[in-house]
Amino acid sequence: MQNGAQIEYDYSIAKAFTFATILFGIIGMTIGVVLAFQLAFPELNNLAGEYGTFSRLRPLHTNGVAFGFTLSGIFACWYYIAQRVLKVSLKESPFLMGVAKLHFLLYFITILLAVVTLFMGITTSKEYAELEWPIDILVVVWWVLWGISVFGLIGIRRERTLYISIWYFIACFIAVAMLYLFNNMEVPTMLYSGYGSWIHSVSMYAGTNDALVQWWYGHNAVGFVFTVPIIAMIYYFLPKESGQNVYSYKLSILAFWGLLFVYLWAGGHHLIYSTVPDWMQTMGSVMSVVLILPSWGSAINMLLTMKGEWQQLQTNTLIKFMVLASTFYMLSTIEGPIQSIKSVNAIAHFTDWIPGHVHDGVLGWVVFMIMAALFHMAPRMYGREIYSKSLMDTQFWLQTTGIVLYFTSMWIAGITQGMMWRAYDEYGSLVYSFIDTVTVLQPYYTIRAVGGLMYLIGFFMFAWNMYKTATAGRVLDKEPTNATPVAA
Amino acid sequence: MFHWFEQRPFFFAVLVFIFVAFAGIIEVIPDFAKQSRPTVGTKPYSVLELAGRHVYIKDSCNACHSQLIRPFKSETDRYGMYSLSGEYAYDRPFLWGSKRTGPDLWRVGNYRTTDWHENHMMDPASVVPGTVMPAYPHQFTNIADLDTAYAEAYTVKNVFNTPYDVDIDGDGKIDVELGEYESAIAKAKADAKAIAADMKNQAVKDAVANGQVPEIVALIAYLNSLK
Repeated sequence: MQNGAQIEYDYSIAKAFTFATILFGIIGMTIGVVLAFQLAFPELNNLAGEYGTFSRLRPLHTNGVAFGFTLSGIFACWYYIAQRVLKVSLKESPFLMGVAKLHFLLYFITILLAVVTLFMGITTSKEYAELEWPIDILVVVWWVLWGISVFGLIGIRRERTLYISIWYFIACFIAVAMLYLFNNMEVPTMLYSGYGSWIHSVSMYAGTNDALVQWWYGHNAVGFVFTVPIIAMIYYFLPKESGQNVYSYKLSILAFWGLLFVYLWAGGHHLIYSTVPDWMQTMGSVMSVVLILPSWGSAINMLLTMKGEWQQLQTNTLIKFMVLASTFYMLSTIEGPIQSIKSVNAIAHFTDWIPGHVHDGVLGWVVFMIMAALFHMAPRMYGREIYSKSLMDTQFWLQTTGIVLYFTSMWIAGITQGMMWRAYDEYGSLVYSFIDTVTVLQPYYTIRAVGGLMYLIGFFMFAWNMYKTATAGRVLDKEPTNATPVAA
Repeated sequence: MFHWFEQRPFFFAVLVFIFVAFAGIIEVIPDFAKQSRPTVGTKPYSVLELAGRHVYIKDSCNACHSQLIRPFKSETDRYGMYSLSGEYAYDRPFLWGSKRTGPDLWRVGNYRTTDWHENHMMDPASVVPGTVMPAYPHQFTNIADLDTAYAEAYTVKNVFNTPYDVDIDGDGKIDVELGEYESAIAKAKADAKAIAADMKNQAVKDAVANGQVPEIVALIAYLNSLK
């Protein structure tokens, strides 16, 4: 390539992952809504025999959304952002192109296998690490392929300095690799003993140790799948979309290294009042509170990027998506530390406040940011204008309302549950039997299900808008610089 | 200084690794050996109980039921003595759960019977009106996988020194017998007969009499062992 010539980026892999994002988003979120309705109306549990119960579907929902939807979105953005900030095209290296194709293929197969095995009840039972060992190995293979893609593209870059988004992608790659490997250490029992099912394995760790490793993984998977790569996206897409520079370079550095250093300690807050040693529980609790600083550092850096340009909120729906995402990130990262305080945790742990917390973070921050990113990418990848602005606006408000219904109902449900479990009467006996604390939640479960349904409908609007953009949007003659072109 | 790192991806990645690995090294590793020390009286699961544990995992009972009693009066009043680390020494994986949609089960063997569990799994609302738990009728027809349960017991015995075939409490008797494959499976089937004797579902009783172990029997054996 000649110096100064326009680089022709290759979006084939980014497009493939965009398709996967939407597909797995629909599957994962639909199952989520089914689960929500099952809690409100239990008779829905037995529509599909053993394959339709809440318990069988729940891991399918979490895996489908976390590793189907979110990871696809992350990879789609990686294959888009990396070429641009590193000033290289995937086309230039047939090797990296091959790696990327294989990465997508194996990833897609893995998610399909995950769906089938989880339906069948093949699970290790460790949350967010339910997949059995043969699939784990497959995961490791394509994670390494992604790593080759990350460092390969960095290796052939023309831009000497790595942009902030690349820092976060590197952190995602390294941390998840470490966490995943250690947590999934298991011995396949058939290979060892010669009896039984070949797919079954037994954990290397027992009891308290297993819990410790699992939540060290489980919490930090949140950090390095749901936080770090999403920050990578907002650091690229918000300045790009708004035409504003990132507010502060120093704050970026502090927030990045602060987050990396503090995050891993916080896993202990899942184990407060359990059998892990007290000092670890305290450490998990304290570090969770400290974690507010780097989290809010990034969020404030993003919000201040809009300084003096807030009128864009009125004109550009994508800015609305991203500003709301940052706001929900702030909400979620203040809520988490509050729940980690021991006395609050005593009430909150095991209750519906926890899924409430997870979902205001995931629905408000992760999914909103990924959708905004894909909306930004679509006109550049397909050379077409976004199909409908009114659909986009409707989707925004419908989903925002859905999230609010979701987390408010779960806050109330969780605190109600926690308080009822510990209620004593004047004679020192428990006031409520367990079932009282279940039946009282029915209205909140219904509200949550309705909120979830609204969010899902919004997601279908998003999928439709993306589909129409790719196939029927007005063709653009040149690539837009900042604000994404949207049809009226 | 950071500009230097930002232009050198290799050193940048190394620094990232050091930052993220640090907490794990300090937090996870030091107490590892201590935490896996069993409390007195803790015994490994029998083959039938392990098969039941696999059913518990297969149907993700842990999605709604915890197995961890926290040290609060409201919990010890409701469920029994709070959990101790050493009680979980043979739990691979741990099944503490993260959400209580239903009650804790860590000591459920103390206050529920075979009969109760049988009714509960077939039609939860028949014993707990208002429950949101699904029915699990397929557990009455699906056959439990004793082979895999044996494979697991054999593996943990040999890889992790889980005390099968040894006298744990020093009373001169072997506490949990495993032995060879044939005798272990025969023992599990005999255990299943004892459970089925307290059940009323005729299909289940017939299957057990014919040498098959429906999932429900194994699951109840496991739940009864939680004390």
